[in-house]
Amino acid sequence: MLKILVCIKQVPDTNEIKIDPVKGTLIREGVPSIMNPDDKAGLEAALRLKDKYGANVTVISMGPMQAQEIIREAIAMGADDGYLLSDFKFAGADTLATSTALCGAIKNFEYDLVIMGRQAIDGDTAQVGPETAELLGIPQISYAASIDYKDGYFIVERKVEDRIYVLKAKAPIVVTVLGESMKPRYMNVARLIDVYRNKQINVWTAEKTNTPAEKLGLKGSPTQVKESFGKQLKAAGTVMDNLDPQEAAKVIAKTLAEKHYL
Amino acid sequence: MLEGYKDVYVFAETRDGKIQDIAFELLGKGREIADITSSKLHAILVGYNVSKEAKKLIGYGADEVIVVDDKCLENYLTEQYVQATYHIINERHPNIVLIGATSIGRDLAPRLSARLKTGLTADCTKLEGEASGALFMTRPAFGGNLMATIVSPNTRPQMSTVRPGVMQKLHYDESRKGEVTTVKVPFDASKFKVEVVEIKRENKKQVKIEDAKILVSCGRGVGKANLHLLEDLATELHATVSGSRAVVDDGIIEQARQVGQTGKTVRPNVYFALGISGAIQHIAGMENSEFIIAINKDKFANIFQIADLGIVGDVKKIVPLLVEEIKKIKAQ
Repeated sequence: MLKILVCIKQVPDTNEIKIDPVKGTLIREGVPSIMNPDDKAGLEAALRLKDKYGANVTVISMGPMQAQEIIREAIAMGADDGYLLSDFKFAGADTLATSTALCGAIKNFEYDLVIMGRQAIDGDTAQVGPETAELLGIPQISYAASIDYKDGYFIVERKVEDRIYVLKAKAPIVVTVLGESMKPRYMNVARLIDVYRNKQINVWTAEKTNTPAEKLGLKGSPTQVKESFGKQLKAAGTVMDNLDPQEAAKVIAKTLAEKHYL
Repeated sequence: MLEGYKDVYVFAETRDGKIQDIAFELLGKGREIADITSSKLHAILVGYNVSKEAKKLIGYGADEVIVVDDKCLENYLTEQYVQATYHIINERHPNIVLIGATSIGRDLAPRLSARLKTGLTADCTKLEGEASGALFMTRPAFGGNLMATIVSPNTRPQMSTVRPGVMQKLHYDESRKGEVTTVKVPFDASKFKVEVVEIKRENKKQVKIEDAKILVSCGRGVGKANLHLLEDLATELHATVSGSRAVVDDGIIEQARQVGQTGKTVRPNVYFALGISGAIQHIAGMENSEFIIAINKDKFANIFQIADLGIVGDVKKIVPLLVEEIKKIKAQ
């Protein structure tokens, strides 16, 4: 039976985020936390393989204790088991330090396939999948639109700008999945009740990653945030709200002509 | 530990043996950083049958082009390309490496930076070099709601992927002088574990909204039934139709025409935002347009904050009249 690990991240729903216009910082209060959409599609890809061929699907997340919520959600969707890496030693990790921690955790498992979302909506880097694959020393296929398994090979459709690469590779590999490619299933209500009543989420500290502390968190991060700021919009131009359509058309056409755009 | 790392290196992405625009954009910015840091600008050209393209990179600003030309690089495959670029970087010790934030670059760069055990900043929209050699890399996060400036103080090379369409290429100068160096890479084929089964090309010609001089962009306020009005305007202006994520999600226009954080970044001479409210994710993709004209019924719409000319009104009524007005002016 296939053994699949799926890495999932809890993220603030960036569609709901507001910026403090004075301080230029994020206002996180009241912003819901969700399972990162690309990761959820990755979980769906794993569950489809499970439906088709039978598989053991284990989810791994890294974050505060609150992230147990998305592990419960994953199990309610059909995952078999879940692990949360939670330790202050992971705090402040950039993508390389995050990948180092995930790599350390993944090495505790036997696996054929590691699935991740292409990118998380809070960071938008798309770096943790390939970096983790490199640290694990196994191949990666990113931007996957589908994953199948035939004759001992994973067959993956990698979707890039104007073409689709159909690629194949033997286990073990890392695949990062495009969110728009797979609509995730809903949670199963019976499983959801069961996970809250009976299921213990495994919580691991940094020790389980077998990694020296200087390679984790802020200390293990080669990149640092120097500053962050809200976006400066350029100065507003002219806004006219008292023109009838004919006048408006004339104003626009005249402006285009004056500026030699015609 | 930072002694001995010097110069700026740019990865020149090719597809089907042709250098992509992003490479020239990186050279434009790379030239500026190389000059500020008193160093040289090198392009790394990796592919199969690509040597003949090397001179173009010099014309766009490179002092040296390092070519790796090998049959195993015919199609982009991660391990092959990482081995080729890693070999060069490991020999040369660059201070800065820039790679396009394309689907190839965002696959290659993180694998490469992890092999080099160095930092990587994703999808930058602003880069500033300092005489000391430090690079300040600014990028959007949280869906474009927040900008962050990232530094890599203790490791080299400083690496970033750069969003296509943001940096400006230099004017091509055929008389520029530079060297072309061919490098033979000792590939370890035993690590090539991913095979190509098939490459499916999308048949229809791809629209390149990022190359358009004028974009007529459609928002949810327009609706499918009125798309033809915008197409008429685009025809009259020799413009291209683009749109917001909302209309792509609604299936009104195809994804290749999407402007914004999850679509393309564009900087046309004129950008018409028609029935577009101006979500921050959309603005992230078009704010550098030279002249922005917005029409929206809602006078409080966000788009008016960045429009050079904003008209509060109905797109459906104004656009057909605008087409007539433009015809009149042209006839004069």
